[in-house]
Amino acid sequence: MTNNTGELESIARRIRRAAVRMSHDADVPHLGSSLSCVDILTALYWATARIDPAKPDAPGRDRIILSKGHAVSSLYAALSYRGFFPETTLASFGRPGACLAEHPYPGCVPGIEAATGSLGHGLSLGLGMALAGKTLGLDYRTFVVLSDGECNEGSVWEAAMMAPAQKLDNLTAIIDYNRWQATGRSEEVLALAPLAEKWKAFGWRTQEVDGHDMAALLRALRAPSGGDEKPSVIVAKTVKGKGVSFMEDNNNWHYRVPNEEELKNALKELE
Amino acid sequence: MRNAFAREITALAEKNEKIVLLSGDIGNKLFDDYKKKVRGRFFNCGVAEANMMSVAAGMAMCGLRPVTYTIASFSTTRCLEQIRIDIAYHNLPVIIVGVGGGLSYAENGASHQSCEDIAFLSALPNMKIICPGDAMEATLALRKALEQDSPVYLRLGKKGEPAVHQAPPDFAIGKAIIVSKGSEVCLLGVGNMLPTAAAAAKALKEHGITAEVVSLHTAKPLDEELLRAAFSRFSIVATIEEHSIMGGVGSAVAQWLAQAPDQKARLLEFATPDRFFHTAGRQQYARDCFGLTADNICGGILRALKPGKN
Repeated sequence: MTNNTGELESIARRIRRAAVRMSHDADVPHLGSSLSCVDILTALYWATARIDPAKPDAPGRDRIILSKGHAVSSLYAALSYRGFFPETTLASFGRPGACLAEHPYPGCVPGIEAATGSLGHGLSLGLGMALAGKTLGLDYRTFVVLSDGECNEGSVWEAAMMAPAQKLDNLTAIIDYNRWQATGRSEEVLALAPLAEKWKAFGWRTQEVDGHDMAALLRALRAPSGGDEKPSVIVAKTVKGKGVSFMEDNNNWHYRVPNEEELKNALKELE
Repeated sequence: MRNAFAREITALAEKNEKIVLLSGDIGNKLFDDYKKKVRGRFFNCGVAEANMMSVAAGMAMCGLRPVTYTIASFSTTRCLEQIRIDIAYHNLPVIIVGVGGGLSYAENGASHQSCEDIAFLSALPNMKIICPGDAMEATLALRKALEQDSPVYLRLGKKGEPAVHQAPPDFAIGKAIIVSKGSEVCLLGVGNMLPTAAAAAKALKEHGITAEVVSLHTAKPLDEELLRAAFSRFSIVATIEEHSIMGGVGSAVAQWLAQAPDQKARLLEFATPDRFFHTAGRQQYARDCFGLTADNICGGILRALKPGKN
């Protein structure tokens, strides 16, 4: 754990390097999506969540769910660098028979709380975990990272209505708002905007931050609940492909995989 | 069956603090006693079944024993992906209760009928499916389901079903119950069709045919030991279910039979046809339309026994 934003930014760059390399080596897409949520994951795993990599199943641990499971290369890297499993395992990503699949399966590696991949499941799962915490009298927090495109799914809004009804102030959703989904601008495919206002109207404590500003992320994630028993949502404005100039805000990198030259250039930028 | 379920879940939850009951905005009065006795462990999830299933999965991941409750069609087809991924894929001990399986809610139209649920859920790895034959079986099935460490779909009827068992039978998941002995024909009653199977046996008796009546309450996994015995002993084995002929228990038995060599008996399937029920009318009327009556089952079996004579 650290509060040093410079150190956190350095960790984030390292995770980005791993994500780019994993995409290239395993010929796996969704790199743009993986890069946009790296700072959020770093802030969660290194500076917010109460977790012990040596005790990944501890009942009182904070839960983190990456609901946008297609960005799992960044999550694998984060978990590995945080100490949940050996860094050498990352090299097996996407290989036949390996435990690191393109979407995480249940129990694949320590630290994966849920198998995600189909969008719109993570918030409801996290809601169930938060509700279990209240029922069992445990004070852990549950964090769910969603994509903006994922907010197309109706089940997200079912959960958005239930969490305030159950007064789940132990639940925090973070929207990785990179303004792209698979085939277009997320504000154009469906009428997503105004996103923060929608969550506010649903009864959530709503914060909007720059999703690449580590200090701002920490402030938002650590903000006191305020005693109003509301769940929290952080609308984190991000850039798809963040950290690699020729990938930033270029939606071709939703599906494209870097070639040798692109890998080299990307890693150089991320040093 | 639903009253028996409500009584039993209340009694069980009073003893087991891990049990939580999630409702899709139904069963309000039904669970009044539960809510009084089991404070803080009833959650009305609203008319949002997809979310309810994932919430149940999340609670199970944290060590609770969630039981979800709503109308069978909304418990299954409405939220199949949440059941598939969040519950079955994670192999979590969530009990999914579908009330009003089959044609119980015939009068409400196909939206409320549930004649495809066994087909959908039996295709899911890790899923067990129990269809209790009467209120007593429903009580026992719930107890046994809570002993599992994997998902169970409990397909209930509605209310007022005739009691088949006079005393609690031995109940084990995957182990059919022989209700009454016979020597020529074996009637495998599934869920709320068990009383009709028993009535069909009575009708056959009037024709001099003795039929064994079996409660085949577990649709998955099948009781293969019982099937082996039945298909070797009898000349006809009939499945009787309030479910589509496509993908129900009859289909599962036929699949088993196709790979079981040298069986003596012929299989007859009594089920709902591969079409929707397009008319007003209550459960009994729908059963009449689809031939799911004791008389029709009796007639079908007699015709199969003595071709051309009935």
